[in-house]
Amino acid sequence: MKIICRCQDVTEDEIIAAIRQGATTIDEIRRLVRAGMGQCQGRTCRRLVAQIISRELKTPPAEIYPPTFRPPNRPVSFELIMAELERQEAENGEKK
Amino acid sequence: MNRAFDAVIIGGGILGVSTAYELARAGMKNVCVLERHYLASGSTGRCGGGFRQQWSTEANTLLAMDSVKRLEGLEEELGYHTEFFQGGYLILAHTPEEEQQFAKNVEMQRSLGLDVNIVDPDEAVKIVPYLNKETIRKATWCPKDGHINPFLLTQGYANAARRLGVQIHLWTNVVGIMKKSDTFFVMTESGNTYQTPLLFNCAGGFSRSIGAMLNVEIPVDPYRHEILVTEPVERLWNPMVISFSVGLYARQEMSGGVVMGMGDPNEPVGTFVGSSMHFMYEMAQRFTRLFPKLDKLRIVRQWAGLYEMTADAQPILGPVEEVDNFYQASGFSGHGLMLAPAVSQILADMVVNKRKSEVADSLNVKRLYNLKDVVKEKSVV
Repeated sequence: MKIICRCQDVTEDEIIAAIRQGATTIDEIRRLVRAGMGQCQGRTCRRLVAQIISRELKTPPAEIYPPTFRPPNRPVSFELIMAELERQEAENGEKK
Repeated sequence: MNRAFDAVIIGGGILGVSTAYELARAGMKNVCVLERHYLASGSTGRCGGGFRQQWSTEANTLLAMDSVKRLEGLEEELGYHTEFFQGGYLILAHTPEEEQQFAKNVEMQRSLGLDVNIVDPDEAVKIVPYLNKETIRKATWCPKDGHINPFLLTQGYANAARRLGVQIHLWTNVVGIMKKSDTFFVMTESGNTYQTPLLFNCAGGFSRSIGAMLNVEIPVDPYRHEILVTEPVERLWNPMVISFSVGLYARQEMSGGVVMGMGDPNEPVGTFVGSSMHFMYEMAQRFTRLFPKLDKLRIVRQWAGLYEMTADAQPILGPVEEVDNFYQASGFSGHGLMLAPAVSQILADMVVNKRKSEVADSLNVKRLYNLKDVVKEKSVV
């Protein structure tokens, strides 16, 4: 058993099963078996998934539809966002 | 390739594939779904994944009750695991006005046979721990509501439809439609033409433009709705929690992440689905107001999808007067996933078995051509 997405524990077999159901893109595989949905958002497994698609469907890697990149760039807590909002408010208050 | 079909469905979201499946199950051969990207790449795959029966209009409540009944046996029927989970829906009342409206809703829902109750803040916190009970006056609770994985439900329907002979053509973008005598000619971006006597518009946020290709007005306006998910954590609570006045819904996925989204009254009409910083700031404030103890949760991803709104926030179902055999299943106003299991069956019944449906009649597009008599669904985030 080969783990491809280590954040979500997704195996190579699961990815191949998704391809057999018709998935041809990294995004579809992410949605069906959650490879790339975890903490690192696919930083590690994105290329491995592309390689598996390329191998299984005999498509050159350059022709695989590019995945979507979504914010935030790193996990961010609500606490941190609230602190940032407070800081902005204080700054605006000073300006007035 | 032969591109003549008994039915063509435009849209590979939950409505398109469930309708294809139901048509095939009712005995129709030769059905084809056209999807411009991949399955569930539009609103379906971007939605919050909840299903609820607690609505303010009878039509929506009846449809949703039918849908949940259908969902209860669906995993077995489709032979596919969908993460279907009846964890319930807790709807929060923060103001006296909401309390009053919800009492009316619950009375109507109960008269239709729904198991739904009004609970006080102490009980609400038992159902959803970490909830700040100071913010709420009452809540309504239906234990048979719940949530489901939108990707898996769509894929499950699609796989089962394919087994019944349905063709699903992905990466097939419809750019024009003509009708000559009884045949629709559906033209795609890559230059192919599909022929069919029966056409379905399941194009979600784009259903107005599909209607326009046949000069039929489908009054659906798409609005962006943003949503985010946190890192996976241990089980916090089972239900979907919603608040209309704070403007928020939140549920914990089976994989542990908390998915939450909100409505933004300032959102303009349009099909843009990029993410905004504004949403992250706004969502953080709303979420920590209701769940102050969960402020250490970390967001790992945010995205957006389209709510395809109608004037009364209820779907458009069935035929249109101007063009025969052009059926609509659109304008779900953010609730397509949860209504699809019932709606697809009603449509297939209507078309294949010529069975009448009162609910579908009441949701025909013509009600939206004269807005004087329209009663708006109030329970929308």
